[in-house]
Amino acid sequence: MSAADATAPAQDGGRARAMRQMLRALNANKTSWVGIVTMAVVILIAILAPVLTSHDPLEQNILDKLKGPSAEYVLGTDSYGRDIWARLVYGAQISLWIGTVSIAIAMIIGSIIGMIAGYFGGKLDLVIMQAMDVLLSFPSLILGLMVVAMLGPSIGNLIFAIALTAIPPFARIARAPTVSVKERDYIEACRALGYSHPRILVVHILPNIFPEILVMGSLWLATAIRVEASLSFIGLGVRPPTPTWGGMIREGFEHILDSAWLSIAPSIAILIVVFALNMIGDGLRDVVDPKLKGERGG
Amino acid sequence: MLRFLIKRLLFAVPTLLAVLTVVFVVARIMPGDPAQVIMGDQASAEAIQALRARLGLDRPLWVQYFEFMGGALTGNWGSSMVTGRAVLGEVLNVLPFTIELTFVSVLVGAIIGVPLGVWSALHRNDTIDYVTRIGSLLGLSFPAFVMAIMLLLVFAIQLRWLPVISSGGDGSLADRAKHLVLPAANLGIIMAAYITRVTRSSMLEVLGEDYIRTAHAKGVPSMAVVWRHSLRNALIPVVTVVGLYLGILIGNSVLTEIVFNRPGLGKLIVGALTQRDYTMLQGLMVVYTFIIVVTNLLTDLTYGFIDPRVKYQ
Repeated sequence: MSAADATAPAQDGGRARAMRQMLRALNANKTSWVGIVTMAVVILIAILAPVLTSHDPLEQNILDKLKGPSAEYVLGTDSYGRDIWARLVYGAQISLWIGTVSIAIAMIIGSIIGMIAGYFGGKLDLVIMQAMDVLLSFPSLILGLMVVAMLGPSIGNLIFAIALTAIPPFARIARAPTVSVKERDYIEACRALGYSHPRILVVHILPNIFPEILVMGSLWLATAIRVEASLSFIGLGVRPPTPTWGGMIREGFEHILDSAWLSIAPSIAILIVVFALNMIGDGLRDVVDPKLKGERGG
Repeated sequence: MLRFLIKRLLFAVPTLLAVLTVVFVVARIMPGDPAQVIMGDQASAEAIQALRARLGLDRPLWVQYFEFMGGALTGNWGSSMVTGRAVLGEVLNVLPFTIELTFVSVLVGAIIGVPLGVWSALHRNDTIDYVTRIGSLLGLSFPAFVMAIMLLLVFAIQLRWLPVISSGGDGSLADRAKHLVLPAANLGIIMAAYITRVTRSSMLEVLGEDYIRTAHAKGVPSMAVVWRHSLRNALIPVVTVVGLYLGILIGNSVLTEIVFNRPGLGKLIVGALTQRDYTMLQGLMVVYTFIIVVTNLLTDLTYGFIDPRVKYQ
């Protein structure tokens, strides 16, 4: 938050100002636009999956296994004779779904935790942030591995595991501005008027920290998709035969010597999505808040 | 200096204890009785009971907890529930491989990343800067296993320059180095991407400072301004961030070890997870916790070497 924002009325202007700030950030940054257009295309492909391919991603055609690209199979077939393009397109749905839901959960829970810690301060703050630091000190892939191994690989558990690893950074990001905002005069005024704590937090503090949280969200969405793919690659992701990009690479890796294409196609898909999301987040971050530099998860 | 060290060590103790407690709780709430898992479905109830007694799983939870904490801190980590070998021994066997890999990767990352970041900052908004920024963003967008597979495909399978599997060999130093090249390059490139970005933004901040303008004004040669006056100050955030990226590095090293079939903590942990080897998992978590605590300490100490103004208090 710049000094100018501090004096601006927080009331209804907060959300609109946050949005204006985001739009300005976008216009100033060309790479963000490349990322946004790419992501729009990817999301469209995921949604239109049934239109874009007539193949069932699970349908095995053992006679057509390990075929190269053809009119019938745009990107060829895997070792079970399944259409790679169909698996990629349906895999996009799963990757995007797991990534988006887990980061949405982490954003909401993390922000609430951080805002509560920052707003009430004192011992509560100390305990909460200490707990977050302990959670943060675990490498997120290892934490994800443990949670999934513990609960079993399913989409729900993957979402839980990824959300868990992403909560601490959001709590941190939400806490810092809350601490500085709560001392401002208008928050004092709100308290004097007898507004309830939840109302102050949601209506008057949240809009101020919203841009930062959104930027973190786009960066962590990239991380979430990467972690999901990594877990699937290790074999602790969504169970086969459900098509996931990480799982496809895992299966393709077994044929790396003769059919490298099997692992290259999903690799490129992951790379495009993660790169696009990073371009969006990076461009936004540069303009919204230079302080966020270096806050990136793994 | 010594007082600072002791204070930091004392500060690390509560974190260590907290993480160890989390590890214990996590290992115990895993569904499925480990004894049942080890013996299989056919085992009789008596045999399972006997194994539970041998593993100490039949005792009250708090006894197990204190035994675990005591063991964790004294290096008595029990033996693997699957292989029966001592956990500490298994860990120590592969630990050098992982340390070697991560150390060389950070070195590679710094050797590529720091000069590239400085170069990029000095040519702010030029084509060089633009290409470096996009390139480093692309680099850190790579999931470690994806880049590992690409490197494997190009350098080991297509060009046949390097071995496909990064373990084994005759154990000579040259052989060991040859097996390290691809895994270290893989982690190093990703690390370089992160380091380039931090160095660049940190340099840009320092280059805007008054004392840099003063140095230029009094006629200090440009190279000296960049390397002695600016970079030294710019490196502190870089070191902090490298410390922060340790988690990423550990995660990536797990993936790298799997792709290159290289011995190390990563392969050990994936094996332990799939076989529900509780004792092995606990031991590995303890190791990871130690590594993180020690790295944080080292990160703090490094500040003093880079910037003598930092006082250890």
